[in-house]
Amino acid sequence: MKPEQAELSSRALVETSVVGSQFVLRSTLRKVVDLAFARTALASGLVVIALILWIGARLFIESGLTRRRYGASLITTSVWDVPHEIYGALPFIFGTVVSSLLALLIAVPLGVGAALFLNETAPKRLAVPLSFVIELLASIPSVIYGLWGFMVLCPFLQSHISPWIASHLGANPLFAGPPVLTNMLAAGSILAIMILPIITTISREVLRNVPAGQREAAMGLGSTKWEMLQHIVLPEARSGITGAVILALGRAIGETMAVVMVIGNTPQISASILQSGYTMPALLANQFNEAYNDELQRSALIEVAFILFLVTLAFNILARVLLRMTARKLSDGSPRNERSTSKVVGVPAT
Amino acid sequence: MIGRRILGGLFLSAILFQIYCDVRAFGASALLGPVELVTATVCIGMFSINRLKGSMLGRSWRRFTNTAMQYVLSLSAILACFVLGALLFYVAAKGIHGLSFHLFTELPRPPGIEGGGMRNAIIGTLLLVLIASIGGIPVGLLAGIYVSCFSKGKLGDAVRFSADVLNGIPSVVIGLFAYAAFVLPFKHFSAWSGGLALSIMMVPTILRTTEEMIKMVPASHLEGALALGARRGYAVRTVVVPAAKNGIVTGVMLAIARVSGETAPLLFTAFGSGQLVLNPSQPVSSLTMQIYQYAISPYDDWVAQAWSGALVLLMMILSLNVAARVLTRRMSPAR
Repeated sequence: MKPEQAELSSRALVETSVVGSQFVLRSTLRKVVDLAFARTALASGLVVIALILWIGARLFIESGLTRRRYGASLITTSVWDVPHEIYGALPFIFGTVVSSLLALLIAVPLGVGAALFLNETAPKRLAVPLSFVIELLASIPSVIYGLWGFMVLCPFLQSHISPWIASHLGANPLFAGPPVLTNMLAAGSILAIMILPIITTISREVLRNVPAGQREAAMGLGSTKWEMLQHIVLPEARSGITGAVILALGRAIGETMAVVMVIGNTPQISASILQSGYTMPALLANQFNEAYNDELQRSALIEVAFILFLVTLAFNILARVLLRMTARKLSDGSPRNERSTSKVVGVPAT
Repeated sequence: MIGRRILGGLFLSAILFQIYCDVRAFGASALLGPVELVTATVCIGMFSINRLKGSMLGRSWRRFTNTAMQYVLSLSAILACFVLGALLFYVAAKGIHGLSFHLFTELPRPPGIEGGGMRNAIIGTLLLVLIASIGGIPVGLLAGIYVSCFSKGKLGDAVRFSADVLNGIPSVVIGLFAYAAFVLPFKHFSAWSGGLALSIMMVPTILRTTEEMIKMVPASHLEGALALGARRGYAVRTVVVPAAKNGIVTGVMLAIARVSGETAPLLFTAFGSGQLVLNPSQPVSSLTMQIYQYAISPYDDWVAQAWSGALVLLMMILSLNVAARVLTRRMSPAR
């Protein structure tokens, strides 16, 4: 071997080893990056779970003062008197329940009706833009709903709807007048508008999962489209729609800004929906700033928030479980049906 | 079936209660009230329809209900659109007067004095959304990627479930939590705490859209990369996520649109301020808080400004939403 050649080959050897070590370095680096990526992704997932626990724990700890001092009387008595240190949140709980139920009463028929229309009977050219509009309703900020409700909806109800209700149904304590400008009915209506998109979108999802075979069978037996919807599709989808409704209820219970502007903020328990009321989120929004230096009031408000947290948590879990069960039932249903018919008829399953 | 019976029973007892109250108040003449007349008509109608079952008339009745119900269904969808239309109309009609250059360039002035704007609130909203994005986007994105690419088991399910539950927790509760966790220890309101509250609200939205969008990437992409010897993290990072990039961006846009319209969590964290604040450890105002404060004030010029602010906010949020929608539609044929 000539010396130049030897030099050349040794240089090549050195170069390869440098490249090789670079390669090894880069691949370890890449391995570390990939691993780190996977681990941070995992960590972020855990953060999401931890957040819920953290929220619950923090609210629980901060509300300890009133929980120890008042116990259950905070949710069973109805006087909320900050200067005298009396805290009973019953009127707020009552207002929350009534306004949310009223919202459901209005929004469920409308929302499910809209979902049925968009999924079953509307021509596609109409269904796509209409569903887009309904989804846009969900994106409008609640403070704008509140502004609109306070400035437009309340006067409209006051001049056109409430007097009629009070004069024709007013014998019933539920509709006793004289109507007030900002009242439960306005709160229920504005909440209904806000939860309608939730009911419609999720109901559509559920309706879409009802197997086509069942619809076709009903139509084949000579039912009209409405009878098919009424007797086949709606019963199949019922638990899923219930899930959607519970989800919407959770949203209505926690809604703050729109309600605080239209409900009147009067802590009273009145049977009539034409009178003012007060809700738990509205209480939080109105009183929290003054509670900055008052430890007891702050604790009472945080306890109200903790109750809200627990209630919405329970409703959300219930709704999600129901929705999951429905989706599983509906997706399981159709293949099993096909198999059984093919066995009966004696056609080999494909 | 039980649910249906309970609902029917409740409905019936409500009507009976109404009739009872009417009769007690007005005597027998109350039987000609609106509720009583409608109830009587419905009862008679249902009775006669039952008699008609199977006959020619019954068949045309079925056809009639079919058509009528389809119209009723369409009406409920149209009503929803009508509400949106009314809302947009009023916000536009009442907000357009006050929509001037001052709104963006001037600070608020006391009521009664001409001019004044929402510059502090607009800057404040941007600052809050920026803080929220720094906190919320990475966590939401990575958790979404984890749920869709790394975990097929119980843990991923738990994360997804928690995100759904987190999404349902009222914003006011999250605000109080942020107050307890980020304001109390430092003893003053700040943009940081408001932004962090908003970032918590961003996470579930981003997580779920990221997951949905990654689900739309064909599984063969990931499988192909894995078959070529790529590690899972590498394959996800360089193949799957870039393919779903557009969709993920829309998720981020939707989340930003959502939190920029939030008011309740900011009331006790960012608190609001009449000054132009750029320091995140100071209280800041936001467009939503300013709208709220002006809307419930008794001064006409403030209320007019609230409408204008609402118009600005609404335009911002709706355009983000529409842009996100257009982006998704553009990428969905690639499904």
